[in-house]
Amino acid sequence: MADAKITSFNLSCPVPRVADDRIVLAHGGGGRLTHQLIEKIFMPAFSNDMLEQRHDGAVLPLNGSRLAFTTDSFVVRPLIFPGGNIGDLAVYGTVNDLAMCGARPLYLSAGFILEEGLEMDTLRAVVSSMQQAAAKANVKLVTGDTKVVDKGKGDGVFVNTSGIGLIEANVKGTIGPASVQVGDAVIISGDLGRHGIAILSVREGLEFESPILSDTDSVWPAVEALLNAGIEIHCLRDLTRGGLATTLNEIAGDRNVCIKLEEVLIPVDETVQSACEILGLDPLYVANEGRFAVFVPAAQADKALEVMKKVPVSAGSVRIGKVEESPGRTVVLQSRIGGNRVVDMLSGEQLPRIC
Amino acid sequence: MKFLSEYRDQKAAEQLAGAIRQKVRRPWTIMEICGGQTHTIVKSGLEDLLPREITLVHGPGCPVCVTPIELIDKAVAIAARPDVIFCSFGDMLRVPGSSKSLFDVKAEGGDVRIVYSPLDALKLAKANPQKQVVFFAVGFETTAPANAMAAWQADHDGIENFSLLVSHVLVPPAMEALLSSESCVVQGFLAAGHVCTIMGFEEYFPIAAKYEVPIVVTGFEPLDILDGILMTVAQLEEGRHEVENQYSRAVRREGNRPAQKTIAEVFEVTPREWRGLGEIPASGFQLRGRFQKYDANRRFPFTGEPAHESPECISGLILQGIKKPHDCPAFAVKCTPENPLGAPMVSSEGACAAYYHYGRRQNHLVQPELSGSPSR
Repeated sequence: MADAKITSFNLSCPVPRVADDRIVLAHGGGGRLTHQLIEKIFMPAFSNDMLEQRHDGAVLPLNGSRLAFTTDSFVVRPLIFPGGNIGDLAVYGTVNDLAMCGARPLYLSAGFILEEGLEMDTLRAVVSSMQQAAAKANVKLVTGDTKVVDKGKGDGVFVNTSGIGLIEANVKGTIGPASVQVGDAVIISGDLGRHGIAILSVREGLEFESPILSDTDSVWPAVEALLNAGIEIHCLRDLTRGGLATTLNEIAGDRNVCIKLEEVLIPVDETVQSACEILGLDPLYVANEGRFAVFVPAAQADKALEVMKKVPVSAGSVRIGKVEESPGRTVVLQSRIGGNRVVDMLSGEQLPRIC
Repeated sequence: MKFLSEYRDQKAAEQLAGAIRQKVRRPWTIMEICGGQTHTIVKSGLEDLLPREITLVHGPGCPVCVTPIELIDKAVAIAARPDVIFCSFGDMLRVPGSSKSLFDVKAEGGDVRIVYSPLDALKLAKANPQKQVVFFAVGFETTAPANAMAAWQADHDGIENFSLLVSHVLVPPAMEALLSSESCVVQGFLAAGHVCTIMGFEEYFPIAAKYEVPIVVTGFEPLDILDGILMTVAQLEEGRHEVENQYSRAVRREGNRPAQKTIAEVFEVTPREWRGLGEIPASGFQLRGRFQKYDANRRFPFTGEPAHESPECISGLILQGIKKPHDCPAFAVKCTPENPLGAPMVSSEGACAAYYHYGRRQNHLVQPELSGSPSR
């Protein structure tokens, strides 16, 4: 047994050189590094009044009506995963970004970057599900582009889609982070973490008694139902990269408000929760592809929930929290056992733990 | 969820917290050994439920935090070699060495991969016979059996392009080192349940007796930890210093004998350098006998310059429980998870990272000007 006496301490902590001279994967993780990339590289170059809105898409005034315009690139691996593939993901991802502006999705473009050697059957499968997804979401794919890169320079297929949607005349005001008010109720459209865990389970070779399917889907029907019911929507955000925690932190930061959540109200499927425990991940940070958060005045929360629950894609909607004044720029979660903690923005990527 | 949700139940938590409040008469300082326990405490806001008399301090049980800087430098040098596939558990990748982390090596083109098991690294070695596959075998007693198994399996299958960079550490010698320190503030321990799943808890009896300190083997869910605190407080208030087992659903007194046998076959006890604590005798494992051929230290001789030291990080004091992350002037200002000055800010099990992510702005809740605002 050790007989060591620790009397004085030579602290051996280095000052590391910060690797900000190269792109690391976490720059694409949706967390703090992604934000730094936007704020330090892209914003200074491109900043304008529309970009400053920091929303999922841009809202463009045009002859008295308002168009929404957005773009998104898809680099998912594996290309085909439980519940979907890169094709329907690319359609629904952009459709949902338009929906988050309160816009009816109308037209899409598709750009394909194909790797030499890709099997034609794989491409057929991807294109076929894009076609089906576009039909389901009622959007037309109206223009496109194809490039082929050398073997080893791509990952099979990369897809970029851009989309245009129309904000209907019955939409009052601006739907976006800038409209979030103290007192708003926060509703999410279903349980969390299915997409990210479906992907990871394939990558890590995990098998579950009941397979976890990605939630990839168009959420426009839910948004349309809310608009038709006359709900005063303050903000819509899809819970993709970085998950619920990242999305809410962005809004809390932009509006200098506190978003207060109750852990016990946040729905996570039991199998997804188990997978997260095994992998050392927090479902609050795991990506979704068919879920969104909506901010509405507290007085309209019950009605909004009632409307959302009637639409299949948002049948699992739940009110999970509210917007308070202070402490600003903070997301606070009351844990199951009744303690409080801050839900921070993700630093780097979520890393699996040692034990 | 079976075996999880019932250990996160609010009513049961309130009952346990109530029992602790009834029991406690004087102030006590209790250390949870394991970083996984620290994580649970901070993530569930468990300290909100405790009476003022109880101070929890966070122990050195985070393998990422205590792996010495020189070893990180060595890992970085090996991982940068073009003939190497370097495999590691995820949270070692962000730990800063003296100039780089494994993530930096990856960004510069090194083949660095996250694996969930050392046996996956062994599979990679079989699939890539032209490459040297190196696994970064860090961790406490908990991860030792799987790492031992990988060396044993490589030997059994005659795999030659596989090796382990070993930095295994052991809990009981670290506890003794802490207890024998003149500045020790710890009056009771929550021992690390998962370590005891493997090793049992017989080795804690002499420590409890010698230092007259209660040691309660404790699990990782919020109710486990509250229960462990209650058992420790009961001992302290009653003047007892025994070894008790709160985590009886997973831990037996003798531990997991077959796992211990595999460890003993592959590893031998060695002195080990702890980051922030210095060298502690007989506090680690290294490969023994015929398994030394799998020692990456031997396969890739490394002559690095001595690591640069910084006086700013107080991780040594934090790992002993003398200071809390909030007490560090660099905390959340100069030292953040993107820009860690020391390892406890890196791993999700590290005390500083846990405070940063889950509790940093608890100060802020009272006095916003006290804490540094993040760069967004």
